[in-house]
Amino acid sequence: MYRYDEFDAAFVRDRVAQFSAQVQRRLAGALTEDEFKPLRLQNGVYLQLHAYMLRIAIPYGTLSARQLRQLALIGERFDRSYGHFTTRQNLQFNWIQLKDVPEILALLADVEMHAIQTSGNCIRNVTADQFAGVAADEIEDPRPVAELIRQWSTAHPEFSFLPRKFKIAVTGAAEDRAAVSVHDIGLRIVRHPETGETGYAVLVGGGLGRTPMVGKWVRDFLPKPHLLAYLEALMRVYNAEGRRDNKYKARVKILVHEIGIEAFRDRVEAEFAQLDPLRIQADAAEVGRIERYFAPPAYAELQDNPPALRRARAANPEFDRWVAQNGFPHKVPGYQAVTLSLKGIGEAPGDITSAGMRLVAELADRHSFGEIRVTHAQNLVLPNVRQDELFDLWHALAAGGLATANAGLITDIIACPGLDYCALATARSIPIAQALATRFAAPDRQQEIGPLAIKISGCINACGHHHVGHIGILGLEKRGEESYQITLGGDAGNASAIGEILGPGLGADEVPDAIERLLAVYLDHRQPGELFVDSVRRLGIQPFKAAFNAELRHDAA
Amino acid sequence: MSTAKLQPLPAILIANDLLTGDTVFFTGDGWTRHPGEALLAGDEAASIRLEAAGQEAMQLNRVVDAYLVDVVLSEGGIPVPRHFRERFRLLGPTIRPDLGKQAEFPGLAAQAGRTR
Amino acid sequence: MTLLDRHGFRPDPFRRLPAAEIAGHPAVIVPLADVQAGLLVRALGQRIGIDIANTLPAEDATAFANQVDLIAIAFPGFADGRGFTLARRLRRAGFRGILRAVGPLIPDQFAYAMACGFDEVELPDAVATRQGEAAWLADLAIYSTSYQRDYARGQNILEARREARTGGAT
Ligand code: HEM
Ligand code: SF4
Repeated sequence: MYRYDEFDAAFVRDRVAQFSAQVQRRLAGALTEDEFKPLRLQNGVYLQLHAYMLRIAIPYGTLSARQLRQLALIGERFDRSYGHFTTRQNLQFNWIQLKDVPEILALLADVEMHAIQTSGNCIRNVTADQFAGVAADEIEDPRPVAELIRQWSTAHPEFSFLPRKFKIAVTGAAEDRAAVSVHDIGLRIVRHPETGETGYAVLVGGGLGRTPMVGKWVRDFLPKPHLLAYLEALMRVYNAEGRRDNKYKARVKILVHEIGIEAFRDRVEAEFAQLDPLRIQADAAEVGRIERYFAPPAYAELQDNPPALRRARAANPEFDRWVAQNGFPHKVPGYQAVTLSLKGIGEAPGDITSAGMRLVAELADRHSFGEIRVTHAQNLVLPNVRQDELFDLWHALAAGGLATANAGLITDIIACPGLDYCALATARSIPIAQALATRFAAPDRQQEIGPLAIKISGCINACGHHHVGHIGILGLEKRGEESYQITLGGDAGNASAIGEILGPGLGADEVPDAIERLLAVYLDHRQPGELFVDSVRRLGIQPFKAAFNAELRHDAA
Repeated sequence: MSTAKLQPLPAILIANDLLTGDTVFFTGDGWTRHPGEALLAGDEAASIRLEAAGQEAMQLNRVVDAYLVDVVLSEGGIPVPRHFRERFRLLGPTIRPDLGKQAEFPGLAAQAGRTR
Repeated sequence: MTLLDRHGFRPDPFRRLPAAEIAGHPAVIVPLADVQAGLLVRALGQRIGIDIANTLPAEDATAFANQVDLIAIAFPGFADGRGFTLARRLRRAGFRGILRAVGPLIPDQFAYAMACGFDEVELPDAVATRQGEAAWLADLAIYSTSYQRDYARGQNILEARREARTGGAT
């Protein structure tokens, strides 16, 4: 994975010094709260309900064991010995004191990490496929370009005071596991149909929040050396023309929507035509320098599905289930990527204790070349596990409560912090996730239902991606109570779609039964092998709507 | 431009400490972390005074985001916000009874008559 | 208002006047609407600048950019970053005069403003007093390096890496 050179190291040190000075100026009154706020946000510091929150970037979701140990230490020294992984491959600490932040940032810098641009109206942490570099369906590893963009977007002089936040995601695989279509810019690494050269297909204007939109194609094929100049052109058009009169209309998706994708494309191309890509792009030697950091580790020559694995699976049904459910095919024979679920039944989705972090770090060192990935589904991945070591790994994980075999199943629920922590929330989300996971905990039941993504947000900002959940749950306030709106048919993958609202909002205690009713329709009507979301697509929303509304105790008018 | 006349009463003044981020309550001459020590404004004049104290503390860079919250005094003597958001804020995360003020001040949750 | 450049606070040689009143003043800033009139009556050696909104299309400003000595771009609030892009576009169009940012910027934007092509910042006095001169100069010093190529900024990391590569043992 990428390692800082002397320049990167000096840069994050400078940034820590700068933020320390900013805190001092705030305390002395030289900066007002209004002036300080964007500065603290651009260093990942939010104010939540009970304390400050610090959001730490895990660029494109790649983390080393050493880094994870440092996060565990920070959790113990400055927080309550746990952290929360988010849908944007960040880690959040919920109980931070502002006075400690400079010291924490210095500890992060020690392990080549930072919290830069994890919030604020700037280009945010670049996200990527969690299986980057190991997935069998990959054209090219997206991490080198994600790192290039990370550097280019860091402390950008022109684009640090944008109309609104700006999120970029990259994938290099056939299957989109990075939700690129709901980002401000989504990049897909593609092969040119004629020349076979790799470049980027560029989506723009996706996003969730108050006005969910799926991104639109703005460029089918962008040659690699043009990337940074093209991004600069696009950002410049957005910075100049994005709306600033209303923060709910300030994302680039609204600009694209209002002027139309053709006009937007024309403006970007006109700006791009005035730039010299070679003056902006990193030169080939620099690109090569970055790429070399992502060279594959020293894999052994192994055979797939070795006897040891087969025997262990046959002898141990629980292990077998875990491998089947949480394993992901690796491009190298004899290896496997595995998901470590942070969705233990009854736990807060995405939360992990400092002790858990240490265990994962230890196991990554032992079984995965010291590397860990963070997924946008709020789980962790060990990307490089030998298949003949899976059984040992599983044992160790199970002892630490991290071997829940539910990746991609109904209890693998995405939930934002909601009103238990978040100052913007209108309702709680974690307790809903806990109630649902508990209701559907039985492993056989989960298997029977099959892959299903439930996503929960505690307000319209949609941090829990509810719009693109196969079942989405949005917490709102209705007549002084928490109320939950259910949507159906969303999808974050290749067939990205925004879910439709099923009916009136529900009380928290009504949610599990309502989900049961939706599942009953699916189980009754599915064709052999058909997934929940595919049944919804085939059957349409009506039968689900009817079942959903059948037993509501409120007037469903 | 006071909005105090619309403020339902009684009310307390709630804010976050600038330096620590802790949720704090105004006592009349300072800030406390214990909601039981919050000064209760029972009439309009008192709530205007509270609001002014919040403005001043923000000017002095002592707290951020100070505003009035309407409450009901519980049998245990704790001013309990009428809105669930502020109730959660007063006690701590509902999913982690081991964290926040509910854990730090034994008996607080019971005194506040926590119902959820 | 307080004027500031990379050396610190300094007196403003320019005065804001309508075109009809500029006679006898060595350096003036006129409203955009007055620019033609101002240029017509400009005396030999008299410096003329204009005030523009940050929403003015760059093409409209470049029309007379080569005839004026200073362009002052308004920042209605510090968080409104349009001025950075406009400055970049004016520099790209070849404007070589003084570029001034006008409004309640914060010191933490000073290095960014300079990198985008500004030469100076004109601040409301109350803001200048509260923030202090030292914070502005500190911002210029704090980053020894930057990642973006093609911006007017101190040491560029990509160029430095290139030098290290070619200068070191090959
Ligand atoms: C707890 C403090 C948090 C605050 C104050 C916060 C704030 C916000 C706001 C205001 C938006 C809407 C922005 C817009 O559409 O313009 C948003 C969107 C979002 N946030 Fe958060 N958030 C928080 C935590 C999280 C967490 C924990 C996650 C991940 C689980 C997250 C991931 C996202 C995502 C993915 C979106 C949707 C982005 C989009 O529209 O493209 N945020 N957040
Ligand atoms: S969706 Fe709303 S409640 Fe949830 S984290 Fe985002 S802002 Fe907070």
